[in-house]
Amino acid sequence: MAKKFLYINRKAPHGTVYALESLEVVLIAAAFEQDVSLAFIDDGVYQLMRNQDTSQIGVKNFTPTYRALGDYEVNKIYVERESLEARGLSQDDLMPLTWEDEDEDWAEKDSIHVISSQEMADILEQQDVILNF
Amino acid sequence: MSILHIVNKSPYERNSFDSCLRMAKKGAGLLLIEDGIYAAQDSGDAHGNLKTATDRLTVYALQPDVIARGMNDKIDAAVTLIDYDGFVKLTTEYDNVQSWL
Repeated sequence: MAKKFLYINRKAPHGTVYALESLEVVLIAAAFEQDVSLAFIDDGVYQLMRNQDTSQIGVKNFTPTYRALGDYEVNKIYVERESLEARGLSQDDLMPLTWEDEDEDWAEKDSIHVISSQEMADILEQQDVILNF
Repeated sequence: MSILHIVNKSPYERNSFDSCLRMAKKGAGLLLIEDGIYAAQDSGDAHGNLKTATDRLTVYALQPDVIARGMNDKIDAAVTLIDYDGFVKLTTEYDNVQSWL
C-alpha cells in the first residue's frame, strides 16, 4: 500500500548538505513506488534556481538531478509563492521541471506548481508522512 | 583600524547579516560568501539592508559562490564580485577580519 510522503525543503542548496540529502531520500522513496510530493519553502526555493554551476567551489553539482524526478514519477513539486516573492524571485527564475503523462500519449507537463501558503497548508494536511530537510 | 566583516549565512535564515550591519563602521569592508551571497541580491526583502550596507561599506561577494547558486544575474551593481585570490588579498588589506558565523 503506497503512502503519501511529503518532503519539505527549507534550506539553500550548497551551504549545508540538507538539499543533497533530501534529494537522495526522495529518489529512494520513489524507487519504492510511494506517492511522493516535494515542497520548497523559505530558502528552499533557492534549490531550484536555474544555471547553478558548482565547478569553482569543489562540491558535486547535484542540481541536474532534479530534472530526473519526472522519470521517477515524482511530479508534484510545490513551491510556496510567498517564499519566492520575499526573495524577489518568480517561477521564471526556477529550472523547468517536467514529466511525461503516460495516460495522455506521453504529453510533457510541468511538475512545478507555485502555490500560496494556504494551498500549502492543505497539501500538508493530505499527507501520511512528512519529512523535513 | 579597519575591519573586513565576513558573512556566510543567508539573510533570510539567520540574523548574522543584520548583526554585522549594526556593528560595522563606515569605511569597513563586507565580504559575502557561501549562503551569505543571497544578501547581495538586487531584489527581495533583504535588499533594503543591502542598500544600507553599500551606502556605508565596501561590499564584496565571492563569485564562485554566486555562480554555484545560479545567482550571477541577480547581484546588485553596487557589489564587487571577487575570486579566491581577491579574497586572500582583501584579508591582507584590512587590519583585522571578523567572521559573523
